[in-house]
Amino acid sequence: MKIENKKYLKLSGLEPLIITPESNFINVGERTNVAGSKKFLRLIKERNFEEALSVAREQVENGAQIIDVNMDDGLIDGKEAMVKFLNLVIAEPDISRVPIMIDSSKWEIIEAGLQVVQGKCVVNSISLKEGEAEFIHHAKLIRRYGAAVIVMAFDETGQADNYDRRIEIAKRSYDILVNQVKFAPEDIIFDLNIFPVATGMDEHRRNAIDFIEATRWVRENLPNVSVSGGVSNVSFSFRGNDPVREAMHSVFLYHAIQAGMNMGIVNPAMLEIYDDIPKDLLEHVEDVMFDRREDATERLLDFAENVVGKSKESKIDLSWREEPLQNRITRALVKGIDEYILEDIEEARQIANKPIEVIEGNLMIGMNVVGDLFGSGKMFLPQVVKSARVMKKAVAYLLPYIEEEKLKNPQVGDSKNAGKILMATVKGDVHDIGKNIVGVVLACNNYEIIDLGVMVPPEKVIATAKEENVDAIGLSGLITPSLDEMVFLAKEMQRQNFKVPLLIGGATTSRAHTAVKIDPEYECAVVHINDASRAVTVVGDLLKKETSEAYKENIKQEYDTFRQDFLKRQKVKTYLPISETRKNKFQIDWKTSEITKPKQLGVHVLKDFDLNLLRDYLDWTPFFRSWELHGKYPNILTDKVVGEQASELFEDAKKMLQKLISEKLLTARAVFGIFEANTVNDDDISLEIPNPKSQSPNPVFRTLRQQSQKAKGKPNLALADFIAPKESGIQDYVGCFCVSTGFGTAELADKYVKEHDDYNAIMVKALADRLAEAFAEYLHKEVRTNYWGYASEENLTNEDLISEKYKGIRPAPGYPACPDHLEKKTIWELLKVKENIGVELTEHMAMWPAASVSGYYFANPEARYFGLGKIKMDQVEDFSKRKNMDLEEATNWLKTNIAEAP
Amino acid sequence: MNKIKQALQNRILILDGAMGTMLQRYKFSEEDFRGERFKDFHKSVQGNNDLLSITQPQAIADIHSKYFAAGADIVETNTFSSTTIAMADYDMQDLVYELNFESAKIAKKVADEFTAKEPNKPRFVAGAMGPTNKTASMSPDVNDPGFRAISFEQLRVAYRQQAEALIDGGVDLLLVETIFDTLNAKAALFAIDEIKEERNIDMPIMISGTITDASGRTLSGQTAEAFLISISHIPLLSVGFNCALGAKQLTPHLEVIANRTNLAVSAYPNAGLPNAFGEYDESPEQMASQITEYLDKQLVNIIGGCCGTTPEHIKAIAEIASQYRPRPVFQLENITL
Repeated sequence: MKIENKKYLKLSGLEPLIITPESNFINVGERTNVAGSKKFLRLIKERNFEEALSVAREQVENGAQIIDVNMDDGLIDGKEAMVKFLNLVIAEPDISRVPIMIDSSKWEIIEAGLQVVQGKCVVNSISLKEGEAEFIHHAKLIRRYGAAVIVMAFDETGQADNYDRRIEIAKRSYDILVNQVKFAPEDIIFDLNIFPVATGMDEHRRNAIDFIEATRWVRENLPNVSVSGGVSNVSFSFRGNDPVREAMHSVFLYHAIQAGMNMGIVNPAMLEIYDDIPKDLLEHVEDVMFDRREDATERLLDFAENVVGKSKESKIDLSWREEPLQNRITRALVKGIDEYILEDIEEARQIANKPIEVIEGNLMIGMNVVGDLFGSGKMFLPQVVKSARVMKKAVAYLLPYIEEEKLKNPQVGDSKNAGKILMATVKGDVHDIGKNIVGVVLACNNYEIIDLGVMVPPEKVIATAKEENVDAIGLSGLITPSLDEMVFLAKEMQRQNFKVPLLIGGATTSRAHTAVKIDPEYECAVVHINDASRAVTVVGDLLKKETSEAYKENIKQEYDTFRQDFLKRQKVKTYLPISETRKNKFQIDWKTSEITKPKQLGVHVLKDFDLNLLRDYLDWTPFFRSWELHGKYPNILTDKVVGEQASELFEDAKKMLQKLISEKLLTARAVFGIFEANTVNDDDISLEIPNPKSQSPNPVFRTLRQQSQKAKGKPNLALADFIAPKESGIQDYVGCFCVSTGFGTAELADKYVKEHDDYNAIMVKALADRLAEAFAEYLHKEVRTNYWGYASEENLTNEDLISEKYKGIRPAPGYPACPDHLEKKTIWELLKVKENIGVELTEHMAMWPAASVSGYYFANPEARYFGLGKIKMDQVEDFSKRKNMDLEEATNWLKTNIAEAP
Repeated sequence: MNKIKQALQNRILILDGAMGTMLQRYKFSEEDFRGERFKDFHKSVQGNNDLLSITQPQAIADIHSKYFAAGADIVETNTFSSTTIAMADYDMQDLVYELNFESAKIAKKVADEFTAKEPNKPRFVAGAMGPTNKTASMSPDVNDPGFRAISFEQLRVAYRQQAEALIDGGVDLLLVETIFDTLNAKAALFAIDEIKEERNIDMPIMISGTITDASGRTLSGQTAEAFLISISHIPLLSVGFNCALGAKQLTPHLEVIANRTNLAVSAYPNAGLPNAFGEYDESPEQMASQITEYLDKQLVNIIGGCCGTTPEHIKAIAEIASQYRPRPVFQLENITL
């Protein structure tokens, strides 16, 4: 038979569902129906909406493409329950991604449901039962609300229970909807009533066959509509005998689908695979369905007694273990399964002539598949890192054999790798997550990686590069001084006549900085890579003989053009002399401004802080970003492209987090202080330390002021503006802090690296970073509501905290409002950070351990985050005098912020 | 077939650019916003741009003129926030009818002047219906995800007042725009459909959603395609996107829509993404060159600008668009009138 739908039924939740002739049968989940599920009814009655939601979630996870929601029960306020439940469903993207079927026999419940769902729903159902006028009225409203509709084969005289009545009512309903209401025919779904067979009553014998034939007629004669139904009804008489019921459902569906039934309510657990139904059972069931014998029902009943119930067991599919060796190795690599890899590698080693062949052959074949999938966007970074874990385990297993082989045949050289790459986080910087990821991905692609770790002095980079005769050098860094360090290395490589490509990456690096500042210093290729998936192709192009020269030339030219364009594009900004900008400072009316005297002045130390308290303060979005999965948490978990991978990563992360917390693998410490303070000489914040014995001058925070010309009425900001000036005579306060969750991170990560598990090594570092940020957030809250207490009434959620809705700010030295990293030193001396909690500063003012955060606290309600922007040399001179340091040194530290460096 | 549908068959229509950006240039003070009429109003009204249609009508008319002169075929009324819901911030709910009616009249008068001067290029006025400042599908309280600050019914009533006043004021079409929550838009469509039936009029409707970030979804979480499906039940003139993204970032989402609908497709992106200071600084030339991609790929029928765009941007866009044919539109399908 031929059904040609020219227009398709299109539904939507957060995501589309389009039902085309090619679509498989659309399965409607029915567990969120109080009439069909005792458990759901109980949950709604108990108003346990939390668990009711998990019923919905489970259904979607198990493959329901639409969820049917029904609240029709005498003891429930159906309208209220429908609205409440749907509102909660909408807030769960992993449920609301599918369309919703609003199921009720009461119009007011249906309408209430339609008013809270943004996607295109299905209304279940309307019919001619109460006459045409009401049918038309409801249909019109449904169209206006933008939903599809299920039409029951029911009219003024009753429910259709035979073939003729079914097609009569369907035709009449269709004509009214399409011609009078102008309802889109593709938005009509007929429910042609599935009734039980084998009941023993003669009038029920044709129930299945009439439904199937009516379905065929409807799909052939009423263009573009769909047909649906509740399948389990058909086997009602065999309650208690699941094997028979399952067979009946399968047989019924098999034929109904062929006739054109394209959606319905089916419990997937109650379905046997048609081809797996034993032949004799199949014959008996089909006899009943098609009413093929007078005694069909009796025969099935007799037969049913012999069908013993067998429980279905679910197990992990291990059939791939039966496949040929190479397939198994490739699969283990692609799926990141390390359970069987050693046994497979051993098998491969025994077949191979030399152990090295296993790496160059079997493993590389698998890793090439991984590389291809990653390159084409079909695999994501966390999966690749897992693949690398399997690869490393395999290689570690083979190494002793390879060594042995070398001793036997010393003339045979080392294995041929694609190239040797030196990687390092530059001097003074401690951040290495991104570098490690790039290293792992390159290693997967058969490059030998020499990783010098963090805080690597330039001499060491140069010396190792020479010694190891590397093919490329990769530098990484996160803090701004690292940019200069990279420029320095480029100069040094040029001076020493290096010819190998220089790769640049890390959070503060950019294509612009690389093109404008680094590239001109080095005659050979310099490439900015901030994305591990690009690293492989770029390094490949750079090192492969065939492409190398052309690529290098190309990239040089590209950066040259970019540089020229960039310099041309630079907006000419006007800057004011620093003295002028001070006249345009941010004005706070100190007479009325609300200043709260801190409850607890002085320095406080928190040691062995319970990490568990930080869970609720975690901001997950940057965590996913560190794995190159882009999107906002929690939506990223259901994202079409990366959702699956993000969820898997999230699961692993949660497990690791649990481990870190319960086994106390990381230590969290904090030190912070709140002090009396006033602004002096416009830009300096002078602190009063309650220690009369000390003769040393008051500690001072030096702030920098925006210098670009502002629109009229806009101030030139400096952080000092948020503190009351001395001459106002009003006592104000300022705070500062340092938190760290990094103690233990390096050791734990090293342990994982030794176990060839880079995935978990990176995971630990990424989580430690998040915990440090969470700690900073937590502590800020404690300070606001407790220690300082200026916002003791506040009641903010984690989302609010992430979007910085709190009162007051906590800017960090080295970040846009106060880019001078040296100010950290002042904080360190003031709080005795090193002595109190052990966090140290590197020569470039990076904090060690890396998972640390430091900053100031400003409490004024008018204090806000801003970016300093570029400043002029007059301010740098002034700043160096105030700080009592060399102009040259000050210029150096502020270089990235100086407009037109001298 | 009405004039705008006719025009759409023949060329790419140009929509105006930002109203807010242009108003900022006037640097209106609190007193300017109040004018004589509201000089004793009990609340600050500075920033209530829609109110300027009453207190500074000449400025609004001048901005419309500048956009028409730059080549726009359609200007939007200055009514983005003229609903009782959005006006509650200023305690000006009672002014909603007047705001919409006057804004429509100002724009229509300018449009008629231009049409008279250039009869072969008729100019149109779109009644702008913004998203309001409340959302019907999301809870403002993270601790209570089932809570809603506004209901469908409240939105329907508010949109209905706005649409009726805009129609009374003489707009040629309605533009439901900057949709971050599809349920809000559905309430607007519901209200408009009611009015159309009661008054027995054909009022073309443009729909414009907002994709907020690179995830390709609306703020309420729908993908571009799910959004399209959710608003296709009412006959529309066009569907598309505006705001939040620059022209370049909008391209993939426009492709999704353009490949899946027979309706006209509209786009009016921002002048790039905001820079570190929150300013939109893409130049007219840069923006126009991004838009060339839309034109080369035949993605759009109606094009204009949102935040940060100026008559200079619209002029540059209009010049480029005039060299291209519009995306083919099959109006007859899918429309049940």
